[in-house]
Amino acid sequence: MKRPLAALLLALAAAPTTATAASAIEEGKKLAFSVTKGNCLACHMIIGGEAFGNLAPPLIAMSQRYPDKKQLHKQIYDATVANPETTMPPFGRHKILSDAEIGKIVEYVWSL
Amino acid sequence: MPILNKMITTLSGVMLATALTAVEATTPEEDREQFVRYNTERFPNVPAEEFVNGAYAIDPIGRENWEAIEEFPPYEPFIEDGEAMWNTPFANGKGYSDCFPKGPAIAADYPRWDREKGMVVTLPLAVNQCRQAHGEKPLKYKKGSINNILSYIAYESRGEVTRVEIPADDPRALAAYEAGKKFYFTRRGQLNFSCANCHLQNSGNQVRSEILSPPLGHTTHWPVYRAKWGTVGTLHRRFSGCNENIRAKALKAQGEQYRNLEYFLTYLNNGQVLNGPGARK
Ligand code: HEC
Ligand code: HEC
Repeated sequence: MKRPLAALLLALAAAPTTATAASAIEEGKKLAFSVTKGNCLACHMIIGGEAFGNLAPPLIAMSQRYPDKKQLHKQIYDATVANPETTMPPFGRHKILSDAEIGKIVEYVWSL
Repeated sequence: MPILNKMITTLSGVMLATALTAVEATTPEEDREQFVRYNTERFPNVPAEEFVNGAYAIDPIGRENWEAIEEFPPYEPFIEDGEAMWNTPFANGKGYSDCFPKGPAIAADYPRWDREKGMVVTLPLAVNQCRQAHGEKPLKYKKGSINNILSYIAYESRGEVTRVEIPADDPRALAAYEAGKKFYFTRRGQLNFSCANCHLQNSGNQVRSEILSPPLGHTTHWPVYRAKWGTVGTLHRRFSGCNENIRAKALKAQGEQYRNLEYFLTYLNNGQVLNGPGARK
């Protein structure tokens, strides 16, 4: 039971942020899986999802694909900027999801 | 490498879309040839006569269920009710055969360009024109008994070949076709899809667990008994459903836009054999 005090303090300090991050990821997952919100599974395979479609690339290793979370946010906000012919709905531009909701989905997708 | 294959097929979907909507005008016949080529190259293992069976031409599991369903076709009672409708005189003593002297095997004559009215006349519209000409109330265009008479006509028309004409001497007919084509390629709804995004660009791919059927064959088998509907419904009911799925407002069944869309889509299906009524999920 002898933990160095410094480590304990660090852990306590870190706890709130990791907890928020964890809950953002969890909320992001709910939004991504929800049929009325992100419905990402309609098109993308995501590990842990069911009955996913296959008309889009699987969402894996996303932190490597998108080292910059801002780029990931942009892709979800309006995929037609990168590819005018894309079938991916412009979630932000068409107000399917709010900016805050996209933010949470970004946290989730980035964790994949 | 499946991903690469997919990119190539997606790309050719885009190219087709670009070609079909290109600035330099293509003729309807050029569009149709391209459309057939696109479908047959995308699905090289599907025999030509199989496209009329929609997703069941490309999905072996769905096909098995469908073949079992077709053993006791769920649309049969509607054909029978439609036959009774055809044979029951209107209040004025006349009947459908006074409007359609050829008899009920007339599905291949529609949709057609009506020069006098300056509009596309579809079969459901012609049925109601007949009724109203004889003092009967028009039938609703998506649900209900219009599907009975249409089921009977479809059944009697089986084996006829789609042969939509765009009369060259009336530029309004070509304009109607072009309007339908524009509709097919225009994105709409909150989800921002065109018909082509799903049915050309992604045919054969899955949205959730739905396999998107090739659009060659989309017009041959109406009305359709859908398990989801629990009854038979019209082509325009399907158009509405596809529009609503992308959170677009469904347009009026038999309104000008859906009639022009039907004219375009059916023209592209010229040569396809009629096999209605159909059964789908
Ligand atoms: C209707 C289909 C569809 C839906 C729904 C959809 N996407 Fe996409 N998405 C695509 C397609 C197709 C691509 C391929 C890239 C392109 O078309 O430009 C793509 C690409 C992406 C990419 C880029 C992948 C890469 O490797 O570059 C990300 C990230 C992404 N989608 C995230 C999402 C998220 C998160 C959701 C849900 C909130 C979602 N998508 C919903 C169709 C869809
Ligand atoms: C978001 C994807 C999507 C869009 C956009 C879409 N559809 Fe569909 N459509 C489907 C699905 C899924 C089915 C059922 C599976 C199948 O047969 O392809 C379907 C079925 C159909 C069918 C019936 C096919 C059959 O064999 O009976 C027709 C006809 C059709 N769509 C026409 C259209 C038209 C016209 C538009 C544009 C107004 C359109 N669709 C837009 C997804 C879509």
